[in-house]
Amino acid sequence: MTVRVLRPATLAEALARLAESRCTVLAGGTDLLVRHRTAAGALPDLSGDVLLVGRLDALRGIARDGGALRVGAAATFAELLESPLVPDLWKEPFASVGSPAVRNVGTIGGNAANASPAGDSLPLLAALDGVLLLQSARGERMVPFRDFHLGPGRTALAPDELLVALRLPLLPHDRGVWWKVGPRRANAVSKLSFLGLAAVEDGIVRDARMALGAVAPTVVRVPQAETLLAGLRAVDVPAAADRVLALLSEAIRPIDDVRSTRAYRREVSLRLARRFLEEVLPR
Amino acid sequence: MKGLVRFTLNGAPVAVATEPLRRTLDLLRDDLGLTAAKEGCGEGECGACAVLLDGRLANACLLPAALLEGRSVLTLEGFRTTPRFAVLKECFEEAGAVQCGYCTPGMLLAAEALLSRNPHPSERDVRVGLSGNLCRCTGYAAILEAVLDAARKGEGLW
Repeated sequence: MTVRVLRPATLAEALARLAESRCTVLAGGTDLLVRHRTAAGALPDLSGDVLLVGRLDALRGIARDGGALRVGAAATFAELLESPLVPDLWKEPFASVGSPAVRNVGTIGGNAANASPAGDSLPLLAALDGVLLLQSARGERMVPFRDFHLGPGRTALAPDELLVALRLPLLPHDRGVWWKVGPRRANAVSKLSFLGLAAVEDGIVRDARMALGAVAPTVVRVPQAETLLAGLRAVDVPAAADRVLALLSEAIRPIDDVRSTRAYRREVSLRLARRFLEEVLPR
Repeated sequence: MKGLVRFTLNGAPVAVATEPLRRTLDLLRDDLGLTAAKEGCGEGECGACAVLLDGRLANACLLPAALLEGRSVLTLEGFRTTPRFAVLKECFEEAGAVQCGYCTPGMLLAAEALLSRNPHPSERDVRVGLSGNLCRCTGYAAILEAVLDAARKGEGLW
């Protein structure tokens, strides 16, 4: 199969290409090149048109946009980690992606568009109620992150659409955790992960969010569980933990695969949630 | 179909005719004869193929040649002529941080990438900086020691 590599100079040109033919979109390539790897010395098994978008200005940069950050889809994890605009609580999941070499090249838009259930930035995007800007030659639309992933590897992107930027609300969370469980500290695909964010003011939980990664086809958030926490005195959260965990337990759908088992994923993700509720929220 | 990719390689401008999706690792080793970058896992987990791309660590096995256009690549062959390399070499030798040597080019470039951004790293910083590079001989303690040592002995170089 022949492959044609397209290097658009502008977003408009990229969108025109996408309108003409089905393209494989390549930003950093750190995931794509692994998935299409063949043998040493041989070309990756990509065919058709490959569209290089990593250097497009419209997809780059991190900027304040009202009460949110606008993050270009081709912003690398290293750029996010080095940006003074990015809250420290967000940096924990970003810092757990791959290794330094992967974070230098891999992009947040790629992580989102790959739609791996184990993507390490995804629980954060879910917890923040991030919104994605999708553009095509037909126009643009904003898609809430919760509607973006349809299943493993499947997104709401139409064939002619490009993920251009992410809008991530800056929220007044004063505590949070990111726990990633994998076989190695770096370069591990997560067996499961847990993200918790909360704002506690005058001893009252104003806002609490939990996002569970790799325990269902897409990231799990349970609005009823979070609503149950809002308004509680932080010291009373441990007493409510069992009710919250029951809701989470009902919502997750872990599977057995090469990386872990259904039972392990269920057990550990709920234990991490318990630790967040009992140790981090009341702190 | 081959195309021309223009980039800076070890300080010199080059134009290479190559398949645009050819891995930079193959381009370096097979086409350009630069064999310091090694193939370990071929999927970005071991760091043996590490190079510096615009001064940042990158895995050459996951880098299609087309992404090099207009950028700057440093391999160990280019790095080894620098005073920073001399300090790292001495510290790696003194600490016994090299055994079979397969991971060493990647380790040295990971150290360079770390020290160029953070000349006074803590031990934890070094662990994170080298976290994408696997060594199956030394057990890492000697490599950590070598990099921390280089930061001290190379004071002012980074």
